[in-house]
Amino acid sequence: MMDKLLTLRNIRRIYAVFFMILFVLLLWLTGFKRMKGYETALFLELDPLVSIASFFTSWTIYKGLILSLIVIIGTLFLGRFFCSWICPLGSINQAAGSIFNKLRAVDTVALNSYRPLYRFKYYIVAFLMAIAAFGSLQTGLLDPISLVTRSFTVAVFPGFNHNSGWLYLKQPLFNGGTFLGVIFLAVIFANRFLPRFWCRAVCPLGALLGLLSFKPLLSIRRDVELCTDCKKCLGNCHGGCDPHAALRTGECHLCMNCIEDCPEGALHYGLSKPSSSVHIPLDVSRRRLIESALAGAVIFPVMRSTITSKTSPNSRVIRPPGSLSEGDFLRRCIKCGECMKVCPTNAIQPALLEAGFEGLWTPLLINSIGYCEYNCVLCSRVCPTGAISPLTVEKKLGKAAGQKPIKIGTAFYDRGRCLPWAMNIDCIVCEEVCPTSPKAIWFETVTVPLRDGTRKTLKLPRADPNLCTGCGICENKCPIRDQAAVRITSIGESRSPANQMILKS
Amino acid sequence: MPSKHNSKGKEIGRREFLLKTAATCGLAAAAGTWGYVFYSKEPVLRSDVKIYTFKDYRTEEKKTYPQLAVVHGHDVEKMVRAAIEKIGGMSRFVSPGEKVLLKPNVAWDRQPEQAANTNPAVVAAVVKLCLEARASEVWVTDVSVNDPYRCFNRSGIEEAVKKAGGKLRLTTENDFVPTDLKGESLKVWPVSRFYHQADKLINLPVVKHHSLSKCTMGMKNLYGSLGGQRNRLHQDINTSIADLASAIRPTLTVLDATRVLKRNGPTGGNLSDVSIEDTVVAGIDLVAVETYGLRFLDLKAEDIPFIAMAEMRGIGTSDLKALNIADINV
Repeated sequence: MMDKLLTLRNIRRIYAVFFMILFVLLLWLTGFKRMKGYETALFLELDPLVSIASFFTSWTIYKGLILSLIVIIGTLFLGRFFCSWICPLGSINQAAGSIFNKLRAVDTVALNSYRPLYRFKYYIVAFLMAIAAFGSLQTGLLDPISLVTRSFTVAVFPGFNHNSGWLYLKQPLFNGGTFLGVIFLAVIFANRFLPRFWCRAVCPLGALLGLLSFKPLLSIRRDVELCTDCKKCLGNCHGGCDPHAALRTGECHLCMNCIEDCPEGALHYGLSKPSSSVHIPLDVSRRRLIESALAGAVIFPVMRSTITSKTSPNSRVIRPPGSLSEGDFLRRCIKCGECMKVCPTNAIQPALLEAGFEGLWTPLLINSIGYCEYNCVLCSRVCPTGAISPLTVEKKLGKAAGQKPIKIGTAFYDRGRCLPWAMNIDCIVCEEVCPTSPKAIWFETVTVPLRDGTRKTLKLPRADPNLCTGCGICENKCPIRDQAAVRITSIGESRSPANQMILKS
Repeated sequence: MPSKHNSKGKEIGRREFLLKTAATCGLAAAAGTWGYVFYSKEPVLRSDVKIYTFKDYRTEEKKTYPQLAVVHGHDVEKMVRAAIEKIGGMSRFVSPGEKVLLKPNVAWDRQPEQAANTNPAVVAAVVKLCLEARASEVWVTDVSVNDPYRCFNRSGIEEAVKKAGGKLRLTTENDFVPTDLKGESLKVWPVSRFYHQADKLINLPVVKHHSLSKCTMGMKNLYGSLGGQRNRLHQDINTSIADLASAIRPTLTVLDATRVLKRNGPTGGNLSDVSIEDTVVAGIDLVAVETYGLRFLDLKAEDIPFIAMAEMRGIGTSDLKALNIADINV
């Protein structure tokens, strides 16, 4: 009985389900209420694409990213096990593929055979790594763990909450959330045409792990003397790695289905035997690989010659507190969305093109949605790459002697829209909610003539740029909802030596 | 050459013709009915929403007890117990089996020492007293300005309430129901539905400075029942506060003046702005409690327009000399 249940295939399934649940659980735990020192960014830290690419951009293996060695070393010995045993996106694609395709055996053989299309992912990783070597981290666009974390944070969880109300007190809203949701759906839907299309043809992490498993110690072996060439092993193959012929080790996910499906017992996982078939380690065109890397080398200076927040500070690019200066920030941010998940006020949003193409889906604060909670440093705690460097509340607020609070921007009044300034109506909500002590927003009490000739005493608000931290609660709570009368722009942000206006503070 | 697509349909019989005609007539009738039932001159279907009004949470007045109890001391629980005891004990206000809603001020993500929120010990003491009076449930709620999770957690109120046996009720977007406040500037406004579900309401404000209204205590604390765009209330803050006090008549008000935020309110954040006053004031007359609290901020009733407005509307009295005030130390 146990023999039948505890097959290699079922053991792999148990792992895949366990890691899928763990992934959702850790993301669910990423919030003020539930985060009690759990390693919430575990999957991103296990991801070798994150650690290797960010190593290229900044020559460090940052803190938890050292955990990716588990996967790197494991892959050298065992092969590309990550994709079908651990990767949440792999599990989602596998499930989608088996739901969407219910076909005759002859069709699955065609669908699961190796195709030259699968080389494409190696060219993608060559392109991304070439850009990284020059100093721009763009792996996050296609890194499966970043993609699945971002999609869950920005689209899946909010969508689920919209229907159930179980996850958040207040429905989260995200800038371009539909766009990210559609991309995620497209990745899942691609399985309808070719099972695990993403994993086999696009995934740069899969390609990187494929490269690492060019000659693993252990692998799937086919005994040529027992094999009858029935091709039943292709029926449920995850990777499309041709176990019926010369196995392509870089494509094999170690799903173990071929071993279970072989009626002759000709396949086993382990060391080679004298009768074992040969393997094909890696099937890519060197010419194409160099081309792709060259494309990266060409695109890098182009990206750096466009208007970005680094070359020309953008008023709307307000980064979370603790963010590195823009250049270093872009060297570290993998667009994973952990900070967006943890932000208690929903202020942290995925950028579209505000910070340049390089900054696509990087975090910025949109104060009409939320504001930076004065005593909160959670985004800096969950960032797996240190793009937002870890803060304590004391450090953020500049409580220690000789320290200044971290500024993420500065408040400016739009006196033409402000109720007391423009319309002689009492308000100063901005002053009420200003969290600093003494308050950065102060007021002057003046008596002004009204249209009918009477006079009225009013409090006119002003912002003190030296006390303002740019938290944005004034903008968020301003009654002029569509475009607040007090707004934060990024000028004066502590992280930038260039984006400054005041000579002496 | 004949068409490749040459499979021929069958000739239709009488029986089949009648059946098909009947089925098509049925579908046509369904389409007609659909048009008849849903024909409308309105572009959007609107169902009438129920508009709630506040119940009067007060209990019968009894002249035998002092109208205000002012208690000085260091042990907050003892002070609250003594204050409630003086004005008749909790059983005068809460009957067995009732649901009691407590409304402390939990607006800000601040710690207890910073005095921006109600002292958690005051909240816990009232929760215990309600449970001792055999209330079926004691709910603690507020519509915070900062993130509610952080406000309740870091103010210490979450832990204190849970320990005392009460229940936190955080307000989500779906918890607001339109309620007619019938005020001069506040008409129909979204209000947390817990106010309509509870039988009794106990107001637990803290004494704080406020730049626009000069002070925030029991009357302004009622802001925390509202959702919607309540930041507009500042435009006519005195009328708004008086409207709230007219619409919501709490069973009891226990004013927390253990720590008083004297400047930089209502957020505070600096301990040098906090003055330790070690006082708790309890009473049914919200205006009288409010007027008594003014002394902690060095203000007088004449300085505060909304107190005069509330008095004009007959909500209570600011003439403390006419009242029987029990002033005790524990």
